[in-house]
Amino acid sequence: MGNNGSEPVILAFCCHYCAYAAADLAGSLRLSYPPNVRVLRVPCTGKVEVTHVLRAFEWGVDGVIVAGCLEGGCHFLEGNLRARKRVERTRQLLDEIGLGRERLEMFNLSSAEGPRFAEIVREMTERLRRLGPSPLRCEGVLQ
Amino acid sequence: MIVANRKDIRELKGIIAPYKRVLIVGCGTCVTVCLAGGEREVAIIGSSLRMALRLAGKTDVQVDECTVERQCDRAFFDPLTGTVGNYDAILSLGCGVGVQELAQRFPNVAVLPGLNTQFMGTLEEQGVWAERCVGCGSCRLAEFGSVCPIARCAKRLFNGPCGGSREGRCEVNRDLDCAWHLIYERMKALGQLDRLAEIAPIMDWSRGIDGGPRRVVREDQQITIPCAGNQVRTTTLSR
Repeated sequence: MGNNGSEPVILAFCCHYCAYAAADLAGSLRLSYPPNVRVLRVPCTGKVEVTHVLRAFEWGVDGVIVAGCLEGGCHFLEGNLRARKRVERTRQLLDEIGLGRERLEMFNLSSAEGPRFAEIVREMTERLRRLGPSPLRCEGVLQ
Repeated sequence: MIVANRKDIRELKGIIAPYKRVLIVGCGTCVTVCLAGGEREVAIIGSSLRMALRLAGKTDVQVDECTVERQCDRAFFDPLTGTVGNYDAILSLGCGVGVQELAQRFPNVAVLPGLNTQFMGTLEEQGVWAERCVGCGSCRLAEFGSVCPIARCAKRLFNGPCGGSREGRCEVNRDLDCAWHLIYERMKALGQLDRLAEIAPIMDWSRGIDGGPRRVVREDQQITIPCAGNQVRTTTLSR
């Protein structure tokens, strides 16, 4: 997917058991949401490492979403709780780096929440438009 | 294990500021276990530093990563010998021993500390490391039911509790167990409470860091090289 550089590029780590299914449902429901989100399916948000998120920012994405199951509803019991702590640590690192913690956010939703997925993407897109493009964005790297 | 934690990215950015080509070197032993300087942390700090430098407009600084099995032993530096020459500085994610060993092995490259080395300790619970040994040079754990009053008592008392603890917690820090409470409970379980009535002899602090830098020499382990004239020369193992 190309990008003319005006819209923020978002990488979304989506749990197979909830957010990914919710994104699928949003599509089935013909719900419209900004097309600049790249969905990356993971078996559980507990699989997402700090380095995965940092590498994404290093390659130039404007924002990252980590979307996992509702708290208490993780297929692997506590993967999403671990992910939340890891996301908080990464947000602290982003502050130290100078990119700012607002570019990374964790959301919790169930597989039945297609409309919520669309809303999350819209919410994050709005936030990133306000923040402006990542100063690390490289020409062509996100094509 | 040696327990350490990472320095702030802003501090690290300042430390490497004079250099253009930096190699981050992790260590695969203690600091990997305490999640401060292993392969994963090297990747995190490498990525963070590259971004921080680009944001500061320093696009010409090269930051690369590698991890050796162990930094406190020069025998494990062989994988670095061919590559270190390409860098101005090494940012070591080892403990203070690792930093100094790297510096001794590679005298022409600046070697910088990426971690703050804290103590010799253990994993108390997931994500919490606690001090257990100060390396005093004269271990007296046998007298205190295997609970060290030097490392674990905030006041380093040898002859009983200070009287300030409450419900087994230290008055200096309520998050800490009172070492003397632990000693008492342990000696009670061992049926050796009477031993606590003895006055503990004065500690010989000269065997600790107060006596200056220490060495342990094992002559039976040193390599003896026969020389001409029936003389022998003794040398320690080194590379």
